[in-house]
Amino acid sequence: MPPILELDGITKRFPGVLANDHICLTLESGEIHALLGENGAGKTTLMNILYGLYHPDGGRILVRGKEVKIDTPNEAIRLGIGMVHQHFMLVPPFTVTENVMLGVETIKNGLFLDRESVAARIREISQQYGIQIEPGAYVKDLSVGAQQRVEIVKILYRQADILILDEPTAVLTPQEVEDLFQVIRELVARGVSVIFISHKLKEVMSIADRITVLRDGRVVGTTRPAETSPAALAQMMVGREVILTVDKKPAQPGDVVLDVNDLQVFDDRQQVKVEGVSLQVRAGEILGIAGVQGNGQTEFVEALTGLRAVAGGTVRILGRETTRASPRRILETGVAHVPEDRQRDGLVLTYSVADNLALNTYYLPPFASGIQLHERAIFASAGELVKQFDIRTPSIQTLVSSLSGGNQQKVIVAREFARPIKLLIASQPTRGLDVGSIEYIHQRLVEKRDQGCAILLVSPELDEIMSLSDRIAVMYRGKIMDTLPAEQATLEKLGLLMAGVQPEG
Amino acid sequence: MAAITQTLGAGVGALAQRRRGILYALAGIAIIVFFSRDVTPEQLATLGLNTTRSVQLLKLPDIVVPVLPVVWLFGALVFGMGLWELARGFRRPAWLLGVTSFAFLATFLVWAARGTSFSLIGILSASLQLATPILLGALSGVLCERSAVINIAIEGMMLGAAFTSVFVANVTGSVMLGLVAALLTGALLAAWHAVMSIEFKMNQIISGTVINIFATGLTNFLNQRIMQEYTQFNNEMTFPFISQMFPELGRLPILGALLFDQSPIVWLALILLVVVQVALFHTRWGLRTRAVGEHPRAADTLGINVFRVRYVNVILGGMLAGLAGAYFTLGSVGRFDKLMTSGRGFIALAAMIFGNWTPIGAFASSLIFGFADALQVKLQILIGQVNIPSEFLVMLPYIVTMIALAGMVGRVNMPAADGEPYEKQ
Repeated sequence: MPPILELDGITKRFPGVLANDHICLTLESGEIHALLGENGAGKTTLMNILYGLYHPDGGRILVRGKEVKIDTPNEAIRLGIGMVHQHFMLVPPFTVTENVMLGVETIKNGLFLDRESVAARIREISQQYGIQIEPGAYVKDLSVGAQQRVEIVKILYRQADILILDEPTAVLTPQEVEDLFQVIRELVARGVSVIFISHKLKEVMSIADRITVLRDGRVVGTTRPAETSPAALAQMMVGREVILTVDKKPAQPGDVVLDVNDLQVFDDRQQVKVEGVSLQVRAGEILGIAGVQGNGQTEFVEALTGLRAVAGGTVRILGRETTRASPRRILETGVAHVPEDRQRDGLVLTYSVADNLALNTYYLPPFASGIQLHERAIFASAGELVKQFDIRTPSIQTLVSSLSGGNQQKVIVAREFARPIKLLIASQPTRGLDVGSIEYIHQRLVEKRDQGCAILLVSPELDEIMSLSDRIAVMYRGKIMDTLPAEQATLEKLGLLMAGVQPEG
Repeated sequence: MAAITQTLGAGVGALAQRRRGILYALAGIAIIVFFSRDVTPEQLATLGLNTTRSVQLLKLPDIVVPVLPVVWLFGALVFGMGLWELARGFRRPAWLLGVTSFAFLATFLVWAARGTSFSLIGILSASLQLATPILLGALSGVLCERSAVINIAIEGMMLGAAFTSVFVANVTGSVMLGLVAALLTGALLAAWHAVMSIEFKMNQIISGTVINIFATGLTNFLNQRIMQEYTQFNNEMTFPFISQMFPELGRLPILGALLFDQSPIVWLALILLVVVQVALFHTRWGLRTRAVGEHPRAADTLGINVFRVRYVNVILGGMLAGLAGAYFTLGSVGRFDKLMTSGRGFIALAAMIFGNWTPIGAFASSLIFGFADALQVKLQILIGQVNIPSEFLVMLPYIVTMIALAGMVGRVNMPAADGEPYEKQ
């Protein structure tokens, strides 16, 4: 029997980048094939080619042994290929039924949507594969995990037997990941073949039958979980040896630096997003805030840094009240902020590296006197920082938008760390970075802690929280569920808290 | 999330409820104080239910009411509802607003008609007439914006269509061909808007504004050069009213004046309202349109051609705006006059927003705007009674528009992708 899917020498060029370089990949019928690689390794590009969203510049695609040309998603769907995108392709104000039927609507009386028969078919699929789903529910009311199930049902409804999952676990709690894995195993048992895209080593080791590692648009190798280890996979991904664990000494907590009391914050739509949060961070410790994205972490950090109005409660930094202070005043009390979305909130993309490095101190001597900027001082300091923080840039005049994600993050870290800081608020500091950069950022954070800086680390990545934090607070629906010392925090405990469940005992 | 919002909502809600209660109680007192002025105790007001336009089958008695008791009754009703809200609270505060608005209007009309008579049926009939172009314009907006293309050019499309409809009707001698010309004009301007905003991803507000300016300038110029100089091209050309085609219908009491002393375009608009409402929520076209307006990328990944959906909707929307333009001429006055749409295209947009991007909601708000407009016209007759300068009366529809829009800020469900050009990956 020929493999159900075969990619042979797929090449895709974008202006200035070779995103896929002669990639060969085979998917056997009924297997879970993991595609592992860093962000930017070309995984998503490859899958978009397979789904007809991009057109390859070279190479062949064979489905069930026959060469095919996939120009549109319609063609992919016709060939039985279905894809769960990293960002869900669901219409929030539609019901589950409407989302499932969209594009392949069933019509009754020659004109009207036949929602009932589609809903019945969804219930059938739901029973057959053990996927919990309510056809009449509105997608916007569903949890992320449930939305993902809708995506899977959408594909099964179209009778696809090749399922592509693009970073499916990025937004799930550990328990939801387990549920998803169970669904995937059930699908495979019923003859579906799965391509599982991820950059998380442990997950890939636990779910995949075979693993293909991509780096810089090329296949580095294909292996099986039994024949490899996380460290070996990491080395394949990065191309050099990486240390996966963070080396740190026990914390030496000092005075309270950040003192938050009963904080309340609304989001842009005037919905309560942070409800009565109280916490303290001491000098020389890292407090990690775990939680699934969207549980109020963003609004919490924005309120602390003065970017969002506080609706109730107080924030004190180094004993001074900053509840209603401007961002600049907060920054001047010795606070550094590494924002969650570096391109939106951390950098001015159309400015040079040097200008971005001076963004928070440009109005102070030696960079300015009165209304005049001293470019020479700005450049000199930028040159220093580029060297000190190992920012890989052609020059300090280069636009920051042309740097890689990791180097952009280093620009922010350099800018924020260059000042004498007492409190660091780091929101997802390693989001979308390669393993090498993550290692670098983590070391810098621990270094700052050991110098006596208080650090508030917000991240949805449990591995990151667990390896860096001295204490861990779990945020769920705007509240702190519990705060645990790092040594007591197990994956299971945190997972339950992240889902809003208080573990017994 | 819902649970948190509810618990906190209860606290915020209680405060808002108290504030609302006081406000409505004060409104009740204001009604009494304001509308007791210049009224003698035994003064009566007559609200007419008959029309002089056609011979009615059955003449209904007019509503004759004593002014002061009506003022006191409605004032006390609103005051009492305010107190109830303060003390116990209504489950749906929207009802409070509805009843209060009705009480205010009823009292106002009775007060304005004190010692004289006022045709109630006339104002209602005029409301429907004046609501028609707003409804058609709003439906045009719904079609475009549900597929995420903002159409601010409804005004210009109406104006252009109003011109061509009269011109073509006069040249060919056929009202029907005039109507066809109006639809084509709307479609053509819409196609232009579509190419600009879908194909070239131009800012849709700019593209729409360009069309508005173009239509204003060109119709002004052509009006001066053709309509003014060769008046044979601007003869009165209208569709016969339903009551002229079926005289028996026109003789029905109330309904005759309200529904049948109307241009067929009014009926067409009502039918289109039902068609668009049903189509949008119960057909394949509607589902795909809404998907494209909410999440075009999702629609694209499911094999729906986002660009085609938008082209079709914008051009259909343009035809509806063209129909609205034809109503100004072929449906009512029969002649073209410069700038005759006078901002009704923008009021239509407001009606669409106020109606939360649904046809049925747009219809309800068109009626409100139409009523405000009709009220303004009719009050000019009672000018001595109300003591409001006519300049202020003319502002009424626009003021209602502003109040309505200000009240809707933050409460509407705009299509999520509205105004964003779609880029293929």
